[in-house]
Order: sequence, then structure tokens, then C-alpha cells
Amino acid sequence: MTDSTNTPQDAHDKTAQTPVDHAAIDDSITSRREVSGIGAIIRTQPFWVFVAILTIGVVMTFVSDAFLTERNLFNITRNMAFFGIMALGMSAVICTAGIDLSVGSLLGLCGINLALVLQAGWSVEIGFIACISTAALVGLINGVLIAYVRLAPFVVTLGMLAMARSIAMVISNNKMVYEFGPDQELFEWIGGGSMLGVPNVVWVLTVMTLFFLWVWRYSEWGRWVIAIGGNAHAAKLSGIPVERVIVSVYMVCSICTGIAAFMFIGYTGSATNGMGATYELNVIAASVIGGANLMGGIVYALGAPIGAALVELIRNSLLLAGIPALWQQFFVGLFLILAVLLEQLRNRGGK
Amino acid sequence: MSLMELRQVTKSFGAIHALNGVDLSIAPGEAIGLMGDNGAGKSTLMKIIAGNFPPTTGEIRIDGSPVHFTRPLDARDNGIEIVYQDLALCDNLTAAANVFLGREIKSGIWPFRSLNYNAMYQKAGELFSELKSETRPRDLVKQMSGGQRQAVAIARTRLSDPKLVLMDEPTAAISVRQVAEVLNLIKRLKSTGHAVILVSHRMPDVFEVCDRVAVLRRGTKVADKRIDDTSPEEVTGLIIGAIEAA
Ligand SMILES: Nc1ncnc2c1ncn2[C@@H]1O[C@H](COP(=O)(O)OP(=O)(O)O)[C@@H](O)[C@H]1O
Ligand SMILES: [Mg+2]
Repeated sequence: MTDSTNTPQDAHDKTAQTPVDHAAIDDSITSRREVSGIGAIIRTQPFWVFVAILTIGVVMTFVSDAFLTERNLFNITRNMAFFGIMALGMSAVICTAGIDLSVGSLLGLCGINLALVLQAGWSVEIGFIACISTAALVGLINGVLIAYVRLAPFVVTLGMLAMARSIAMVISNNKMVYEFGPDQELFEWIGGGSMLGVPNVVWVLTVMTLFFLWVWRYSEWGRWVIAIGGNAHAAKLSGIPVERVIVSVYMVCSICTGIAAFMFIGYTGSATNGMGATYELNVIAASVIGGANLMGGIVYALGAPIGAALVELIRNSLLLAGIPALWQQFFVGLFLILAVLLEQLRNRGGK
Repeated sequence: MSLMELRQVTKSFGAIHALNGVDLSIAPGEAIGLMGDNGAGKSTLMKIIAGNFPPTTGEIRIDGSPVHFTRPLDARDNGIEIVYQDLALCDNLTAAANVFLGREIKSGIWPFRSLNYNAMYQKAGELFSELKSETRPRDLVKQMSGGQRQAVAIARTRLSDPKLVLMDEPTAAISVRQVAEVLNLIKRLKSTGHAVILVSHRMPDVFEVCDRVAVLRRGTKVADKRIDDTSPEEVTGLIIGAIEAA
């Protein structure tokens, strides 16, 4: 402890401070890992899931003539879009190392609220506001309980799953709603119609995906969410308002579900209080298959639609291959576990 | 007048008394070495000054007036920056993203104000080369060596122009060459009127750059002497308790 500063080690070090050695140290200490464009994309999970989708697609063209028809592709993209929209929000929650199990029930609750407002004769705009407000309120409650009261996300949103469903049953009085007031035609076109041969809901998913691409790469909020997922304590010490950001993340997730509900009711043309039951599985599976890491800190905007596409493709393929629909959830669950396993293996490989 | 002054600061974590009535003051351009055995309360003292948590009793004064920090931002707003012992970095982000965490550079107009990657990469690069670190702004912290991580944490304190820089064992995990750069940085900070508190176990470092050395033993300050009036032997004795107080 009491040695002078001129240890042999120090002396050696002084001779080492030539520019040449500096560069050598530079090379040896840091493994050269700057990966450019294509290399970086190949390292991401969405890329490999995309490869899997193409593979399944190619196989299916041989299995069934119906697969590559315009009609079938139209259906696949439309069906996946509802889950994709919800998965965009779910990915944000998962990025903070959280989870939202209440999205399926929330879809039902938003749908019933929306339908009752429209049935009462209000315009589609008011219906939209009612739908999104319901979603935002539920997200706010989830977020506050998780961020400020510090309850586990799993518990809070599991409780909300039950409560939201129950409230949907109460206010709907257990009846189906299929009359949507003066704007019924417009409302059903928004959810079920298409433009330029592409379903409206796919347009919505596309725009939202582009928006989230910007959010995750360029917005301050996105950066903060990713930082919280990486190290919430460090984020807090850096002055990021961690609690407020977490509340906003749960609200964003719920609002995505609200948007999906608005489109979904218009598409199906009726609202029942059982809508969206077990959707949380598909939405979480889509996010995780798309590369969102349940440990937090990793998120891809493109992961949500790509993950949702794979989930829907599984469903569609089983159907066309004549395998009973009872097997669907089995394969969704299987792919969910495989995605997490893949992530684990890649992490171990990297070490 | 002192830049920052602690008066009778105590801190208890339940039954643990981490600090007992610590007084400490520091003037502009001054560097204090804060030494003590593991668990002596050094990090706790630094965290109180940095606004991580408030003292149980006692007060902090900045430029003569009492302040109450309820969060790290309050301390930062008062010109205090800190390098935490555990560095407090997000492994999943790049070096530049960590340097600018919580104070990102943005451009464009609301609501599409975007992170300005170029500006942040450039500025972070400048800070790293100022520290003579081979850290590259675009590298993920996950893939970095201890020294590079340290450079990221130190570079962060250079974003603003703080009055007081707290460094909690900044040289614990780094190479000899990098230690020399950190010590150079401390000298430069002093010469430009900044105050520095350096927590370190390395006696030669403290004697090279500090003007004073304060010793904590089990939460109590047992010595606060000018470097010229003490010796490494005496400080060692104070740390381990062979010398009661000085
Ligand atoms: N957040 C905390 N909760 C409980 N005890 C703590 C906490 N932080 C520090 N301590 C205790 O306070 C004492 C001083 O710790 P610390 O300031 O980290 O010491 P040093 O940095 O000098 O090694 C130790 O006994 C430690 O266990
Ligand atoms: Mg410590």
C-alpha cells in the first residue's frame, strides 16, 4: 500500500505510450465487432423468423394449392394484423422486462364499450374515443400498480385479465351487440374493408409498424424504455423518470389493443363479451417469436408483425394441411418455447 | 467559502449506522482523497452528496446555503456529477447512448424530435479520446472491457461543466495506463477550478493528485489532513485502526 509511484509496472507502462502501441492495444482489447448493414440484420431474431416464414410458405405451396391464392394471402395478412397491432404494444412492455396478460380481456372490454356507444347512436369518432379511453384507463391502472405500488406485472395484469372480462360481461348484460348506429357502414368498412386490394387493418399495422420503427430508433421515449429494460437502476440514476415511463409503456400497450379492438369489431360486425379470450397467448407469442426478450432491453418494431405472421401462418397451414384445429394452440405454444430456447442458445454462444 | 459542505451527516439503514456525524468541506480546485476499509461508509457518503438518498440527519450546503436533494437530478442541477462504484451502465446500449443517457441530444421539431446519433457519436468520441481511452462510441457496453466501461462512466461526468466531481473507486478495474489518464483528468479538473472527491484504495493515486485525505472508519471520520502533513504509513494506520485518530 505504501509503495512509491515508480513501480516497475509504471515504468514499463510509460514506454508503452507510443502511438503505435496505442493502436495495438486498441486492436487487442476490443474485438472488432462493428457489423455493417446486412451483417447486423442477420444477427436479429426477426430475420430468422422471416426465413422460417418463407420456408413454411414454400413448403405449403406444395402441400396445398389453396395456399398461394390471393384470397388466402389476403386472409392471412388480415388475420395476423390484429395480433400484430397488439404485439407492437406488447413488445414495449416486454422490453421493460414486464408482461401484460390483460390484453385479451381488454380487447373484449374495449369492444363492448365501443359497440354500446355506437349502438346508442353516437358517431364513429366518439366510439373511437370511447374505445381508446377505455384502453388508456386500463393501461394507466396497470402501470400505476406496477411502477408506483411495485406489484409484479404478472400479478397485476392477471388480476386485470379477470376484472376486465368481468366488467365486459356486466356492462354488456351478456348480450351480443351488432347494431352500430348511424355510422354502421363506415365503421364496418374501416375494420373490414380494404384499399388497393390490401385490408385496412393491414394498412393500420403498416403505419403503426413504421411509427414504432421510428420510436425505437429515434425517439427519446424509446431510448428510455430500452434503457429501463437493460438496467432500471442505472436509468433511474441517470435522471430518467422511470416510473412515469413504465406507466406510459403499459398505456401504449393497452392503446394498441384498443386500436385492434376498434378494427376487430368493425371487421366481425358484432361484439360479444367473450371476444379476445386467450388472445394474450398469441400476442405474447408473436412478440417473443419476433425477438422481444422477456428479460428486457431488446425490442424490434418489425418483430411484432413478423411474429404475428408466423403465428397466423401456423394456424393457416394446419388448416390447409387438414390437421384438426385443436392442434393450433399446441403449435403456437411450441414455437413460443422454441423462440425463447433459440434466444438462450444464442446468448450462451455469444459468451 | 467552501463549494460544498457536509455538517454532521448521519445515515442509518435500519439498524446499520453507515455514517455517524460526518463533517466535510471542499473548496473549488481542491481534490480530496476519501479512504477507508470496505464497509467504512465511503460509497454511502458519495451517494448522499449525489442525491441518491437523503441523509438521516445532518445537512448539505452548496455555496453556503442548505440544499435538499430528493433525486440524482437535483444534485446534477447543483453542479455535482458522480462516477458510481458499480458504474450504473446499461449493458444493452452503446457507449455513446450510455454517456448521453437521460440527456440525449435531439434535433427536429416536435412531435418528431429525433435522437441525433451523429452529434452524440461525435461528442462521445471526443470525450473518449480526451480520456485516452480506446472506447468506441458505437460499441455495445456488453462487449467492453472493465477499462472501457470505466471510461464511459467517467465521460458521462464531462457532459456538463460540474463544480464537483465524485469518483467512487474509478481506478479499481482498469489498466495502469488508464489509471494514469484518470489521474491526469483529475489534475486537469483541479486546474480549471473543479473540485474532486476521489474514493480509492490506491495510496499512490491519492498522494499524487489529492490535496487532502479524509479517512472513514466504521462510519466516522477519523482524520482529515493535508497531504503534505501526513504520510502513507499514517493513513494506512488510520484506515486499519492502528492509529485511533489524527
Ligand atoms: N442500501 C443499503 N442498505 C443497507 N445497508 C447498506 C446499504 N448501502 C450500504 N449499506 C451498509 O452501509 C455500510 C457502508 O457501506 P458502503 O458505504 O458501501 O461502504 P464502502 O463504500 O466504504 O465500502 C456497510 O455496512 C453496508 O453494508
Ligand atoms: Mg464503496
